[in-house]
Amino acid sequence: MMKSTLTRRAFAAAAAAVMGFATPALADSHGGGPMMDSIHFLIPGGAGGGWDGTARGTGEALTEAGLVGSASFENMSGGGGGVAIRYMIDNSESQHGTIMVNSTPIVIRSLTGVFPQSFRDLTLIAGTIGDYAALVVNTDSDIETMDDLLEAFRADPNGTAIGGGSVPGGMDHLVAAMVMEAAGEDPLEVSYIPYDAGGAAMAGLLSGEIVALSTGFSEAIDLANAGEVRILGVTASERVAAYEDAPTMVEQGIDVEFVNWRGFFGAPTLSDEEAQAYRDVLAAMYETDAWEEVRARNGWVNIHNSGDEFRAFLEAQEEALGTLMRTLGFL
Amino acid sequence: MLEGLMIGLSTAFSVTNVLMVIGGCLIGTFVGMLPGLGPMSIIAIMIPVAITIGDPSAALILLAGVYYGAIFGGSTSSILINAPGVAGTVASSFDGYPMARAGKAGKALTIAAIASFAGGTVGVVLLMIFAPMLSSVALLFHSAEYFALMVVGLSAIAAFAGTGNVAKAVLMTLLGLIMATVGEGALYNLPRFTMGLMDLQSGFSFITLAMAMFALPEAMYLVLNPARSETGGEGGKQGEIKDLRISRAEARSIAPVIGRQSIQGFFIGVLPGAGATIASFLGYAVERNIATHEEQQEFGKGSIKGLAAPETANNAACTGSFVPLLTLGIPGSGTTAILLGALIALNVTPGPRLMVDDPQIFWAVIVSMYIGNLVLLVLNLPLIPYIAKILAVPRTFLIPFILFFTLMGAYIGQNNATELLILVGLGLIATILRFADYPLAPLLIGFILGSMLEDNFSRAMQLYNGLGFILERPMTLGLLVLAALLVVVPSYRARRARLRAEGVADD
Repeated sequence: MMKSTLTRRAFAAAAAAVMGFATPALADSHGGGPMMDSIHFLIPGGAGGGWDGTARGTGEALTEAGLVGSASFENMSGGGGGVAIRYMIDNSESQHGTIMVNSTPIVIRSLTGVFPQSFRDLTLIAGTIGDYAALVVNTDSDIETMDDLLEAFRADPNGTAIGGGSVPGGMDHLVAAMVMEAAGEDPLEVSYIPYDAGGAAMAGLLSGEIVALSTGFSEAIDLANAGEVRILGVTASERVAAYEDAPTMVEQGIDVEFVNWRGFFGAPTLSDEEAQAYRDVLAAMYETDAWEEVRARNGWVNIHNSGDEFRAFLEAQEEALGTLMRTLGFL
Repeated sequence: MLEGLMIGLSTAFSVTNVLMVIGGCLIGTFVGMLPGLGPMSIIAIMIPVAITIGDPSAALILLAGVYYGAIFGGSTSSILINAPGVAGTVASSFDGYPMARAGKAGKALTIAAIASFAGGTVGVVLLMIFAPMLSSVALLFHSAEYFALMVVGLSAIAAFAGTGNVAKAVLMTLLGLIMATVGEGALYNLPRFTMGLMDLQSGFSFITLAMAMFALPEAMYLVLNPARSETGGEGGKQGEIKDLRISRAEARSIAPVIGRQSIQGFFIGVLPGAGATIASFLGYAVERNIATHEEQQEFGKGSIKGLAAPETANNAACTGSFVPLLTLGIPGSGTTAILLGALIALNVTPGPRLMVDDPQIFWAVIVSMYIGNLVLLVLNLPLIPYIAKILAVPRTFLIPFILFFTLMGAYIGQNNATELLILVGLGLIATILRFADYPLAPLLIGFILGSMLEDNFSRAMQLYNGLGFILERPMTLGLLVLAALLVVVPSYRARRARLRAEGVADD
């Protein structure tokens, strides 16, 4: 333990030195040079997950486009992301060269107290991408629209099981409950069946174990393209270009919107200048072809909230989810 | 189909693609030998490389090569130093490691290579012929059936008990099941039994527990019990360590095992909620149950059948898991979930239409699986003598090497230093249990199956408002009866054999 701390300190000193050189380079006078020498991405989960893909994709776009000299990545799983958050806070001084990727669950898990910390304990950099949520059914299901689903739900709430890839009180459950509440139903009546991953939940839907599935919109698009599911409604404010056929919840009279964002956080002791440098480099990224390629390949939606806007967005989401979770009895 | 195969052959046999297979298999094998870097992480790391290649067939062929290579490499650390890096190779260490300890490391690795090759190849043939039909089989199982399947898996514990150790094996299984409850389950919103430790919030990590239960106590045993290791593998038998030869009689005895397990493993692999781990445990249990009484005594002590069964089954199951992946777009495991992500990034949408819309991709993957299996065999057989030689290293160097490997394995996946403390703590407990002659395999099996058992059970309970699913779903009932038979029959047979040996007349 001791030794590892020392090594990290030494490493941090070196990193800080690099950062010191990097700051003057931020001036425009450097012309074509990178805006930042290096960024270290901390990924709170294992290789291959959504966080991992976001961090690596962002790092790839930034270096490809020449905005950042080099990007390095560190997977630190454990505690469902909590270990990495704690690490950023405990080692704040040495982590000024690091930004951590995170997403909607940080809000949910801070609310339930699973994480003792919240996004307020970190420096908010920016929300960069997002994914809407969707309710889908099997292609050969009798349910064609949200109205049909609501009718089935009213007739037999228990038999109209809705599944998802997260725990009760997790994101997929909250989306299903949020939709039902906005449709005027009792969200507590929703029979939510949790699976431990999206893939297992999909298998549950296709095998007929559950009636509908609450899932991410990009995943829903892939399944709809394969001809396996019908998208009943998406939680965007208007139809999404990536899949125009999917109706929104709003146009079916269910006033609900939801975005699962992904974004970046810095160490708590980051100075305003340092934080702003990260925000600037991420903002510049949207204009590059390299980012467009990464974004399109992954089917991500650009939802850019920087700095104070990011804070306002997170506070609004915390408020909305908190109210719903209280209704459902999770708080 | 023949037409498809031709398309696949012409795609897969281009110079680039053959290089992709070879490169992928090589990378996979070597990285896969390191515990802590399973197929999942290796594939995740290789995805950017695959995407830069651009051509979806070539990229997929590379990733598939890495996948088989990693599974194959994973058995090496199981067999040589009792350090299974992925759950699918845990069962390979039950007999593979005792063989290596007895100085037959070369033979054990050869059997593993041949069994993997056979399992993989038979699996590909089945995949090619039945894939479209099997997509419906993959959806036959609901949570209730998965629960029952896990019970069947647990009943296999009897196979690991050894004589007179049943009570100890049951105790260890229960301990494993209890350990599986630590952390946030998939079905609950709250952490359980974490003692307030953030590091336990997601439960014990498989790799830490596997190293703590298998590799660490084994290394400690070698240190603390030098008398045993003198007579073990390293002394004086170096010629044999490298010896790959399998006698005709041995080949005859494992051939039927490989035949049965290729098919059984494949079908278990097709089920998205089961996979290679369950396939290997069930393969081991089934083969032990149908073996003759004399052969049963060998299981757990270096039986070639006990090594061939899980090695065949886990490779066949990995191939089987491509059925739901390619025909339904359903990933059955973490690894196939990553492969699915890679496919989508390459603009290939797996699902019922894949075979129609992109036949060259579908068939190129199939053909590359044949090539991959063959390449692995050809690459590895000549390397086995050198790999096996690791065990000829003097103990004073070998044990630190194993310890380093073990610690690194636990750290590398999570980059969390607390894992090392958990590893050492559990490892010490495991060492004490090892000396007290408690079998540790049932603990690890209980741990692996525990969370799947609990999740599927609670889901079934919720869907049926109680235990009704046991009677309402015939397949669930059938599997549970099978599980009961797996427990009762062997103990009945053992009892009869004992009675006969004591000269008491039996019925």
